Amino acid sequence: MAMQKELRSDLGRARGLGSAKEGVGHWWRQRLTALALIPLSLWFVASVVFLTDTDHATAVAWLGSPVTLGLMVLFLGTTFYHAALGMQVVIEDYVSNHGCRTALIVLTNFACFALMVAAVISLLVIAFGG
Amino acid sequence: MASHPRPTSPHLQIYKPQLTSATSIFHRLTGVGLAIGTLVLVYWLIAAAMGNEAFDMAETIVGSVIGRILLFLWSLAFFYHLLNGIRHLAWDAGFGFELPAAYRSGYAVIIGTVVLTLLAWVLGYMARGAF
Repeated sequence: MAMQKELRSDLGRARGLGSAKEGVGHWWRQRLTALALIPLSLWFVASVVFLTDTDHATAVAWLGSPVTLGLMVLFLGTTFYHAALGMQVVIEDYVSNHGCRTALIVLTNFACFALMVAAVISLLVIAFGG
Repeated sequence: MASHPRPTSPHLQIYKPQLTSATSIFHRLTGVGLAIGTLVLVYWLIAAAMGNEAFDMAETIVGSVIGRILLFLWSLAFFYHLLNGIRHLAWDAGFGFELPAAYRSGYAVIIGTVVLTLLAWVLGYMARGAF
């Protein structure tokens, strides 16, 4: 049994394993989030440009309005999802050590979702009063 | 898997940089930069939620010379990643893959990045009544 395993070629073994059948999912989600981010990020940057050097009351009034809140949650959610997907690709391409690679991908994913939650809670506090 | 090291491609030492490869590398660099930049955005939102004093401090930090330089670099990275991202989406949809078209869109992305960044900053300073 042990002998037989060693005699199998890498290709033969890979063929036996088959594809994961979900390789396109990551690629597709990155494109979908990119598409959504075109209007969302433009809206955010245009808004921030006109909020330059603003005082707290103005910023809070803007962030707390229902339309801003909705668009901000969409913008932040899409941004951090897109960032997590993109960082994963970069890490996979440049970090060759498997342990480091996996650890970094897990860390960036955790960081992205933690930042998203922190941002959304801040918005909820602003909108509904802490 | 393979026990002997095989040559890997591209050989960066002898690889002639081209507009197409440079725009690709910069797409990744700006992407990573923007991801790190979200820390500032989240800090700004938390400060706004915490109240007047925290928000004023955040505005002072972001409005400082170093803050403005970082914000300027962030805006450059943002417009570059946005425009080059649209270029990538067009490629994914099967458009503009011919070499002359890829070069034209590459130059368009660079020019567009500079124009949009400057426009954003001029509008920003106009909004606060600088001119």
